[in-house]
Amino acid sequence: MTTVQEQQTIQNVFQDRMDQDELLNCMRCGFCLPSCPTYITSGYKESHSPRGRIALMKAVVDGLIEPDEDFEQSLNQCLGCRACEPVCPSGVNYGHLLEEARDIINQNKKHSLPVRTVRKAVFEGLFPHQNRMRTMTGLLGFYQRSGLQKVARSTGVMKLFPESLATMERVLPKVPTMKEMKNRPEFLPAVAPKTNRVAFFTGCLMDTMFLETNNATMKLLQLAGCEIVIPQNQNCCGALHGHSGEKDGSKALAKKNIKAFEDLNVDYIITNAGGCGAFLVDYDHLLKDDPEWKDRAKDFKDKIKDITQILYEVDFHKKVKLELPYQIVTYQDSCHLRNVMKTSAAPRALLQAIERIDYTEMKDADRCCGSAGIYNIVESEMSMQILDYKMEQTKATHASTVVTANPGCLLQMKLGIEREGLSEKMRAVHIVDLLMEAVQE
Amino acid sequence: MITEEIKKRMIAIIGPENFDDSKVGRLCYSYDATPDLQALPDAVVSPRNTEEVSELVKICNENKIPIVPRGTGTNLCGGTCPTEGGIVFLFKHMNQILELDLDNLTMTVQPGVITLDVIKKAEANGLFYPPDPGSMKSSTIGGNISENSGGLRGLKYGVTRDYVMGLEIVMANGDIIRTGGKLAKDVAGYDLTRLYVGAEGTLGIITEAILKLVPIPETKKTILALYEDLEAAARTVSKIIANKIIPATLEFLDQPTIAAVEDYVKIGLPTEAKAVLLIEQDGSPEQVEKDMAKIADICRSEQAVSVQMAKTVEEAEALTTARRTALSAIARIKPTTILEDATVPRSEIAKMVKAINEIAEKYNLPICTFGHSGDGNLHPTVPTDARNKEEMERVEQAFEEIFIKAIELGGTITGEHGVGVVKAPYLELKLGKAGIAAMMAIKNGLDPNNIMNPGKVFAKDSRKRVVVGQ
Ligand SMILES: Cc1cc2nc3c(=O)[nH]c(=O)nc-3n(C[C@H](O)[C@H](O)[C@H](O)COP(=O)(O)OP(=O)(O)OC[C@H]3O[C@@H](n4cnc5c(N)ncnc54)[C@H](O)[C@@H]3O)c2cc1C
Ligand code: SF4
Ligand code: SF4
Repeated sequence: MTTVQEQQTIQNVFQDRMDQDELLNCMRCGFCLPSCPTYITSGYKESHSPRGRIALMKAVVDGLIEPDEDFEQSLNQCLGCRACEPVCPSGVNYGHLLEEARDIINQNKKHSLPVRTVRKAVFEGLFPHQNRMRTMTGLLGFYQRSGLQKVARSTGVMKLFPESLATMERVLPKVPTMKEMKNRPEFLPAVAPKTNRVAFFTGCLMDTMFLETNNATMKLLQLAGCEIVIPQNQNCCGALHGHSGEKDGSKALAKKNIKAFEDLNVDYIITNAGGCGAFLVDYDHLLKDDPEWKDRAKDFKDKIKDITQILYEVDFHKKVKLELPYQIVTYQDSCHLRNVMKTSAAPRALLQAIERIDYTEMKDADRCCGSAGIYNIVESEMSMQILDYKMEQTKATHASTVVTANPGCLLQMKLGIEREGLSEKMRAVHIVDLLMEAVQE
Repeated sequence: MITEEIKKRMIAIIGPENFDDSKVGRLCYSYDATPDLQALPDAVVSPRNTEEVSELVKICNENKIPIVPRGTGTNLCGGTCPTEGGIVFLFKHMNQILELDLDNLTMTVQPGVITLDVIKKAEANGLFYPPDPGSMKSSTIGGNISENSGGLRGLKYGVTRDYVMGLEIVMANGDIIRTGGKLAKDVAGYDLTRLYVGAEGTLGIITEAILKLVPIPETKKTILALYEDLEAAARTVSKIIANKIIPATLEFLDQPTIAAVEDYVKIGLPTEAKAVLLIEQDGSPEQVEKDMAKIADICRSEQAVSVQMAKTVEEAEALTTARRTALSAIARIKPTTILEDATVPRSEIAKMVKAINEIAEKYNLPICTFGHSGDGNLHPTVPTDARNKEEMERVEQAFEEIFIKAIELGGTITGEHGVGVVKAPYLELKLGKAGIAAMMAIKNGLDPNNIMNPGKVFAKDSRKRVVVGQ
């Protein structure tokens, strides 16, 4: 609950901080409505559409409404998938408006004690510290390997959690051991004629829970003729903070990362998680009011490139033979990779280059899967409805392999497969892992 | 005012989930695509069928509560802004295509169906539903009918009116009537179907419509002609028509418009040209070839600097799609975008373009002009800022002059966007006192309590204002 007092403060800060030009820039044409998953899934509620949310933010600024529970609900249910941006002819930067609004609400609202404790632990205690991420993932590994997992499952402890979280527990990947996670070289040479010198942004989740995918990414880069620098002092990108109204936390992480990648003399900084990449390319906006960092952020941003994009640009798929046993493969866009990093043709071209497989495009592949960071846990019901639609489209392709390009989407698709009871017939993989599997050396 | 008792009665009809009087719920239906216009309704209802609509209307009529029917709220005349409060009616549950009749070539739809879905359904069956407003991806059929919307294909194929064969309507007293039918001929009484097309929700609620479909044209070709001179482009338009060719599409865009559109679509539009004509012809391959050759000749004879044919279907599609985004793309330039749709006879288009430019200069305003030039329907658009009161004054004066000029040339104040709130003060310019009195008589007869979208079409006072504040 927000108290009347808190609402008043939030309203004042809205007037101070929200970008009024950007709010006015929305001409309410409604072009974005058909692209918004929450508008569709809510049964066409304007309050769950981009146009409605922008109007609500503006109304709070104008003092027409108070930022009450319904208002917060409308913003909370937004996936932040930014499908509303590329379709907006007025060029409204919805993502920035949303982030600012969430930050204002979060900073000026007292969370209940348990929520506060969890938030503090996650946003201040865990994600900013790569070593703690490793420990945490290590604990998960211990849990999986020690038999505790079996105990937890058989006693039904997991039933106490929301359905999505309980199923999620079953689909988490087998995590690497502490030792595997700690041994990471700082430089890798190209193993084909050199094309580029790149830096690799490992990502906090990717470098712990999805370590294998990171290893495959570097292998592919090497095969594509890239020499790779992997700075050790890099950090979590800060996306989770940014999207959850912890802007200060994400700014601190951004500065650390800019510094870590600044003097490496590289052509590009490569990511393999659409969610991280989209946040990294937004660093210049995040730090726009900081004169010392603004230009440095711009230089950093200009170098960000997704792994699929660079592979595509250096003709990896033409130079290296890719082949897999016959299977139907389909691709689910990562919203942020598509809508913010504008990368959607490259992953498809790479998949289509794999010999002997049948690539089938699914309907509405560009529509969010409902994962959206921690959305699937905090807005479980809406998320599962969105996932159900996604699974319907996936099944219609008869694919046995669903490819994604972001860890959140990957887990969500695994969750969808598990929920449908399809784990015998269908698998979800990161595109990098599938390409690695297809490489014929 | 909605009393607790009225609220209870309404909830008994539609269920609590379909009645919303929360602040957030009301705010979200306080606006449409009209700039700088906003007013909160007292409640929002989502009936599930015609009977529920009728029951709700009866309660409103009994209690003299204003009703604002609403599609997607993409209209540009303030048509769905609840300026007098009351209840907004949504048709989100009534959004089904009920029947596709391949024997009579008709489609029966509910009002909430999205325009593009009708077009796609028709095309999937080898048929054609031509009305294609720029907003067709999000607008509803109920809104299209009530605004009598036009589109890019209007020149050859007409507007929404030409494709509505019959309607089911809930009258202001709750009565349910049916007009027209799947009939090519029907003279049984007054043509109420035509009356309700373009009625802007002021005479009743449309709950079902029978739409006419036509066979899909065999093929289609698109050309883009570039000009160094605005008026030369406008002259081309009149000349094509005078040569007895009716292209499917004949769109005009001036330089500022092209620049704004290109900024969004990034398909390499010629931003250096002073004006561009987008011309499309469809029909049998031989006829299309013949017409296009002649059109290209006419363009060149009017000093087009380049005349290019789209090479592929995709390229052609990209061009028309780009044109559809013109209005919203101009909205990038400045926070507020004010657009009008003065329309003149086709033969007068060059004069109108010239007048608009002179008026723009006189009031020192950047006016972007684009539009369905083949229909004589232009959209002079001013990117401005509602917070700049001084400039808004000038915008108002400029548009008034544009309206007067259009009427002088034998035209009208609005070709397709409707009167709503925004153009109500100018209606008399076009109709005269007697014309308004005749329309008023109809309105009073069909809606004696003035509950159906009050404050729209007819101005309260004759004070002229283009821009209405909050
Ligand atoms: C970017 C953009 C481009 C546009 N391009 C065009 C164009 O090319 N051509 C054109 O003609 N228009 C155009 N328009 C205007 C607008 O899209 C059309 O007027 C459209 O028909 C409105 O449809 P809607 O569903 O949004 O209706 P709304 O805006 O919701 O309503 C329009 C009117 O219809 C009434 N109404 C709605 N449903 C019913 C019903 N069931 N019964 C009775 N009355 C009802 C409302 O009360 C209101 O008066 C454009 C608008 C935008 C924003
Ligand atoms: S498409 Fe852009 S301008 Fe149009 S309503 Fe959506 S956000 Fe606003
Ligand atoms: S970010 Fe996604 S969910 Fe949120 S308003 Fe935009 S399209 Fe809808």
